[in-house]
Amino acid sequence: MTLGGEWYLGLAAVIFTIGAIGLLYRRNVLVMFMCVELMLNAVNLSFVTMARMLNDVGGQAVVFFVLVVAAAEVVVGLGIIVAIYRRRVGATADDLHMLKG
Amino acid sequence: MTATLGVLAANASNVDTGVFAVCAVVMVAGALGVVFSRHPVHSALSLVATLLGVAVLFVAQEAHFLAAVQVIVYAGAIVVLFLFVIMLVGVDREEDIDDEPLRGQRVVGAALGLAVLFLVIALFQLGSSWVTGEESVRGAAQVTAAPGVEPVENVEQLGRSLFTDFLLPFEITGVLLVIAVVGAVVLARRLTKEELAELRAAELVEVNQDLQEKVES
Repeated sequence: MTLGGEWYLGLAAVIFTIGAIGLLYRRNVLVMFMCVELMLNAVNLSFVTMARMLNDVGGQAVVFFVLVVAAAEVVVGLGIIVAIYRRRVGATADDLHMLKG
Repeated sequence: MTATLGVLAANASNVDTGVFAVCAVVMVAGALGVVFSRHPVHSALSLVATLLGVAVLFVAQEAHFLAAVQVIVYAGAIVVLFLFVIMLVGVDREEDIDDEPLRGQRVVGAALGLAVLFLVIALFQLGSSWVTGEESVRGAAQVTAAPGVEPVENVEQLGRSLFTDFLLPFEITGVLLVIAVVGAVVLARRLTKEELAELRAAELVEVNQDLQEKVES
């Protein structure tokens, strides 16, 4: 393992940025969700990279928890999306103003 | 064949660089595909490319367990769930990307993206140490094999850490998963007729309010 960690961190930053831009750019809730997944994965990658750079298993344990939280989040989020799609025709983010508190 | 493998082993750093380069290209292309595909199914398939790239980079960094979990949970479960939902709600809906409801949002997004890109390049130029901190606070991720001693696998290290240092968070994730399951069941159930009528009524009131506001303004 010789390739420096900064390359991995740089790649993770780029992927995270693409995900964040996608979240701003798209209006389809499903695709916005996928962009959130992209961001989560970029953060996971940087966690694992830092775990290697510092030789610390804590970084990998955190990635495990991020995976669990992401799975739970997707289940509930997609449930909400399905419930909304059932009730109305379109589901872009702008149609969801009834979610306001 | 064996000769090629020998050469590859001798140039381990070249292999690392090559693997990283291929993965980086695939991942960035996949990420861009997620954002710019018109069709949600194409977005989901591009997402798989990025997730597999991340899994390969996990292997390259010797996080073997996480690489396996990444493939099983993300590519195997989450993306399939996405595809299920896309199929369930209808695949023929394409969104109008050109419509921009929040004015200036995309300009701000592009500016932020360029700023981060500039920041990354600047960091590379500075060449400073990217990571600071103490090493192996929670135990070593990799134990280099001493002669005559069995090396400890990364899976074992991670398992030990999860069931000692991170035992309470680990149990809480179990609770979290149960909550998620219950939430999904509640969301997915069919509404009773009364509840449906109530919802429709509330929607009507809302539409009326919107109309009134528009008329007044």
